[in-house]
Amino acid sequence: MLELTAVQAQEAMSAGELDAVEYAAAWSDAAGRDELNAYLWRPNGDEGAIVVERPSIAPIAVKDIFCTEGVPTTAGSRILEGYRPPYTASAVRRLIDAGAPILGKTNMDEFAMGSSNENSAYGPVLNPWDRGRVPGGSSGGSAAVVAGGLAPWAIGTDTGGSIRQPAALCGIVGLKPTYGAISRYGMIAFASSLDQCGPFTRDVRDAALLLAILQGKDPCDSTSVGLEQAPQLPDREDLNGLRFAVPSDLARDEIEPGVREVFEATLARIEGLGGEIAEVSLPHAEHGISAYYVIAPAEASSNLARYDGVRYGMRAGGESDLIEMYETTRAEGFGPEVKRRIMLGTYALSSGYYDAYYGQAQKVRTKIAADFSTAFESFDFVVTPTSPSVAFGLGEKTADPLAMYLNDFFTVPMSLAGIPAISIPAGLAEPAGGGPQLPVGFQIAAPAFAEQKLLDAAYALEQAISFDASPSGAPYAGIDHIKRTGSGGEEGG
Amino acid sequence: MAGELSGILEHVDRISELDLEGVEPTSHVVELENVLRADEPHESLPRDVALAPAPDPVDGAFRVPSPQAE
Repeated sequence: MLELTAVQAQEAMSAGELDAVEYAAAWSDAAGRDELNAYLWRPNGDEGAIVVERPSIAPIAVKDIFCTEGVPTTAGSRILEGYRPPYTASAVRRLIDAGAPILGKTNMDEFAMGSSNENSAYGPVLNPWDRGRVPGGSSGGSAAVVAGGLAPWAIGTDTGGSIRQPAALCGIVGLKPTYGAISRYGMIAFASSLDQCGPFTRDVRDAALLLAILQGKDPCDSTSVGLEQAPQLPDREDLNGLRFAVPSDLARDEIEPGVREVFEATLARIEGLGGEIAEVSLPHAEHGISAYYVIAPAEASSNLARYDGVRYGMRAGGESDLIEMYETTRAEGFGPEVKRRIMLGTYALSSGYYDAYYGQAQKVRTKIAADFSTAFESFDFVVTPTSPSVAFGLGEKTADPLAMYLNDFFTVPMSLAGIPAISIPAGLAEPAGGGPQLPVGFQIAAPAFAEQKLLDAAYALEQAISFDASPSGAPYAGIDHIKRTGSGGEEGG
Repeated sequence: MAGELSGILEHVDRISELDLEGVEPTSHVVELENVLRADEPHESLPRDVALAPAPDPVDGAFRVPSPQAE
């Protein structure tokens, strides 16, 4: 039964063909076989307030950035070790109310800062396709559990690409909704003007179902607005009359040849389905990384001031001196990447540098959003590769933080503009350094609140791609349950 | 770490070359109007529950070391 998608499982449960309790138990057993360091916590009779007595929908894995009442919530940080929040995040509450048992809390880069999951205080997550490689980040655990057959679906958060990039590197679907579509209440803050919750799923229909459960205005988050209508399961089969823009400014040399090949083959498939492709200029998108690495650290430096050893989490040193206690707690509690970003952000906000860095970055943000608005006057979607490379090796980029940041080149502009974007698996490609083939993600971005249109187009394209590879040992094979439009993709290992 | 930070700032500095005179800065992407909710009392977290995760709760408060170093 683990081969079922969440939508199929839900249909089977409503038809009385699948026992929800047995199904949840089977997934719980599967989650218990985690060899990827993907789960930080799994229920052990201690789930208390987040227990689901009567499951009625597929169980779900939750990134450890969401507060869960009475259940450990670390955000991948030492500073929150042992923290058991007194309340549950609204997104998780909606899942519980919908009858989805919580399978566990997933590993992540500390405070969601990272693109490889190597910044977790609890060790890196391994990519289920190749355990010598990273799953991407920051929601690496949520991507790995879905790809590796340790959960049918999961939620994560995306600030500059943290859903889309790990989904791409693990060969699954990841959706970052419009900023404000889903409540951020109880989601531990990294960069509040960018953070957004979203689904990790095996296919596009599951992403639509999960978004329908999660979205909505929440009185506890004044920036939440929800979608005008809950998304319907997509069933569009063509792309007739739809216009797809490829940013000419993003055609960078750094894209791996294998990724470029899959990207171009996917463009051809779009044309085969009746869609039109043309180049568009997004002149400010190339400055996205610079603006992002000012704005996000600036917001983080402010948000992370609350971890001071007073109200929650760990405390260290300074038995008789408050300042020493603050300093020791933060020095021992935060990892190097978090310290780096707090320093960057504090510097960018400091008097005398504020206008040159933070003020200027916010203006770049305005220009990037305007570039997208202009593009959407003549196009329905903007498409790019999700990541310039397939999954890279553990330790390959940890020595050079800037190289790691540049991974987010294709995903950051959409985050700055607040628009929705989805990554779907588009094929397999050989890594630049050689080796077995790995998944490649294709990113589609749409105007704000156009999630239904985005899901419809992604679904049509997904059918045409028929990606049916999966990591060895996974209890499913891509989307092979869906009717084939061709001979199918490459075989998985 | 000083070298890494310099490298990052050098990259980030590219935006200083852009002429963005007169461009409105964006702090929030979705247009929102501030709305006040009805001023109705509702239940909030009980004090002991809110204090439970603290490293050193005492007498209904957070205890910290002395702010005056000896």
